[in-house]
Amino acid sequence: MANEVVDHGRRRFLTAATSVVGGVGIVSAAVPFIKSWEPSARAKAAGAPVTQSLKKIESGQQLIVGWRSLPVFIVNRTPTQLAALPKQDPRLVDPKSDGSSAAQQPKYAQNETRSIKPEWLVMIGICTHLGCVPNYVGEMKPEPFDPNWQGGYYCPCHHSRYDMAGRVYQGVPAPKNMEIPPYHFIDDTTVQIGVGPKEAA
Amino acid sequence: MANVFASLGDWVNERAPGLAPVYRKHMTEYYAPKNFNLWYYFGSLALLVLVNQIVTGIFLTMNYNPSAAGAFDSVQYIMRDVEWGWLIRYMHSTGASLFFVVVFLHMFRGIMYGSYKKPRELVWLLGMLIFLVLMAEAFMGYVLPWGNMSFWGAKVIVSLFGTIPVIGSHLVEWIMGDFLPADATLNRFFALHVIALPIVLLLLVVLHLAALHEVGSNNPDGVDVKHGPKGNRWSPSAPTDGIPFHPYYTVKDLVGVGFFLIVAAFIIFFAPTFGGWFLEHDNSIMANNLVTPAEIKPVWYFTPFYAIVRMIPSFAGTAVWGVLAMFGAIAVLFLLPWFDRGQVKSIRYRGTGYKVALGLFVLAFFGLGAVGAGITAEVIPEWFGNVDLTTWENAFGRTMTLIYFGFFAFLWAYTHFGWEKTKPVPDRVTTHD
Amino acid sequence: MKQLLPAVALALGLLVAGQPAARAEGGEQLMSSGSNVRDQASLQRGAKLFFNYCVGCHSLKYMRYSRIADDLGLTEQQVMQNLNFTGAKFDDPVISHMPAEDATKWFGKDPPDLSLEVSAKGADWVYTYLNTFYLDPKSPIGWNNTTLPNAAMPFPLWELQGQQTAVMKPGTDEVEKLDLAHPGKLTPAQYQQTSRDLVNFLEYVSEPAALQRHDYGVWVVLFLALFTLLAYFLKKEYWKDVH
Repeated sequence: MANEVVDHGRRRFLTAATSVVGGVGIVSAAVPFIKSWEPSARAKAAGAPVTQSLKKIESGQQLIVGWRSLPVFIVNRTPTQLAALPKQDPRLVDPKSDGSSAAQQPKYAQNETRSIKPEWLVMIGICTHLGCVPNYVGEMKPEPFDPNWQGGYYCPCHHSRYDMAGRVYQGVPAPKNMEIPPYHFIDDTTVQIGVGPKEAA
Repeated sequence: MANVFASLGDWVNERAPGLAPVYRKHMTEYYAPKNFNLWYYFGSLALLVLVNQIVTGIFLTMNYNPSAAGAFDSVQYIMRDVEWGWLIRYMHSTGASLFFVVVFLHMFRGIMYGSYKKPRELVWLLGMLIFLVLMAEAFMGYVLPWGNMSFWGAKVIVSLFGTIPVIGSHLVEWIMGDFLPADATLNRFFALHVIALPIVLLLLVVLHLAALHEVGSNNPDGVDVKHGPKGNRWSPSAPTDGIPFHPYYTVKDLVGVGFFLIVAAFIIFFAPTFGGWFLEHDNSIMANNLVTPAEIKPVWYFTPFYAIVRMIPSFAGTAVWGVLAMFGAIAVLFLLPWFDRGQVKSIRYRGTGYKVALGLFVLAFFGLGAVGAGITAEVIPEWFGNVDLTTWENAFGRTMTLIYFGFFAFLWAYTHFGWEKTKPVPDRVTTHD
Repeated sequence: MKQLLPAVALALGLLVAGQPAARAEGGEQLMSSGSNVRDQASLQRGAKLFFNYCVGCHSLKYMRYSRIADDLGLTEQQVMQNLNFTGAKFDDPVISHMPAEDATKWFGKDPPDLSLEVSAKGADWVYTYLNTFYLDPKSPIGWNNTTLPNAAMPFPLWELQGQQTAVMKPGTDEVEKLDLAHPGKLTPAQYQQTSRDLVNFLEYVSEPAALQRHDYGVWVVLFLALFTLLAYFLKKEYWKDVH
């Protein structure tokens, strides 16, 4: 049995080359499997921006639309409701939305009315306490839960209360103002939820 | 880098000193005969496909919905909405068919070179058990997409058990959990397909390999290298004609893997339905218990066995004979080591009678496949004109069935009565590369 | 190595021979659709045809408008204005607006969803079907089809193809051939191309992944060939030890 010389260099090179190419192959083959965990086309379709016409929402009315399986409140606020907003400030947890609620709205909605256009409130209708959907109680009249009610939201689960800009009152379980989703106006009477004004431009 | 690996190796070795000897026993110090040929690729390829089926299968379950109402839709969801879902599904469906391709070739190799003979009967029996479980696994997997052929295939195959006297009809309902294949059937098949049978399959594969490594591999000459001279460049006590499995057969198998993957990729990317053989047209229609597909036929790897059921007529008021014959066709394979009494293993040194019989056996297998797949029903009118199809098909199919079983009977008589004229077997393995 | 070639050749041979000889229910040979899902212009024309002539009754419930836009090289605006007449959202699947009760009343059965029609029947079958409608006074809907006798579907493309009538085999009610009694807006050759476009679109809808498959497949096979070549050299090198 002739033990001729083994070309160790060539052997090492071929082993390394085959291992590298094989490794690249295995890593590339893993990519589709990892990618298959990304949100599917169905999930993306369900989470796609929602376009809503505002033509039929009369002053003082609220419309609820679904976006990413969340209820989004669209309210055409009356001048009276708007006028009542500044007067609520002393009774609110975070009236300027710059404290505990700083992250509850996009920058372009961080103002007194928490909106792009004063009359149009666009807000995710989920109570910041434990996730119930608060009721819209728009009329300014004494309510069992508040004899001095100035219009707003009342959560049936644990009696949290919010004003007409979704700002939470003091002394209720909910800690923060309700969340404002990214949105923008396509034209004067159409709003798109899910995309902010800058991204849309 | 090398130092890191070495010290890691030491660390493990200190804590689990038993691992390194196991690795050596099955890889670097497993001396396999040096004369393996093309036929010896299919064992490692079967293992590769098994891994593919498990990995792709796990990912398919993440989006599949095992309910009669949702299964069909969820398959289309995987094909369209899940990123790369189509690739994962095609890898699984192509893998299923290629599994049977390599397993059939692997089994044929065993028959051809007498690998089932003493001392490897246990290896053969475990292999046959793998084949049996694989058939069950494939059948249940085939039902899951809930296409119309899945549904009717399930109904027909389950009905086979209905031919068993006395308990048959109740057994069918028990298997389905309903009076037709339904939600309950789909759910239990899903559980068996994704959990129970894969576990059994993996266990059997481990045992199959363990049993093989106890006795050592056969080879195309059927000469036992362990009984030959000792001493080679790696070890003075190892068989001279043996070479370490690693690295020599690992690198060789890698070449086989490369070729196999090219074929597989070609199918997956350019012909995933394989002209209706791997994924059938009728399975693009959702299961419908009111509409039977124009012709019910099983997926190709079951066709030879299915044909046997069709070829055996009912007798004494029961159709059980066809079913018995079908299971018999698998049972005789189990018993092959005891049908064959010959001393010579490899076809290279066996008598002409054996070679002719084996050729006829292969012919019968393909012939039965053609009957089962409906190819004969198509070509008989084309080739012979306006003849009685049933008579012709039965004549052909029954002849093929006779040859299939005849092979085993002939093999027994041929070897038992000493009719076989074998050629002299060499002392050492031969190589002609 | 040399022994591998026959195995590969056998597999490829099976692939070619494996295409089942497709036949119509009537038993006659199908026409060849000559469809090619890689022909994007044809897909776009086919989509337009589908949404003008078919979607009134037939849905494509597994196909989203947005996916059609992506795959056919169309913008969201083009799809929403030219193809989507139901007011569905861009990401919605293509659902016909015809109420099922009406369909059953008018045609005796619900028009089938066509998402998987080509997968189930084959492109040639659908192509032949679209070319073998004829006027049949005995049929309650006025139309019949030699590929699917007594089809419950009136011929929606008659304005394009024209009206065919059947010539019967003498003394039987078997159709011998179809005559174009009243030509339509298109010449027979134009109509064949038009029906081919439609079949092409439906073939794409049956398996949208087909478009990606071919693109990736070439690279995967080339990569594997490189790997196999390296593995082969590696094997050769190691096996120098074996005598």
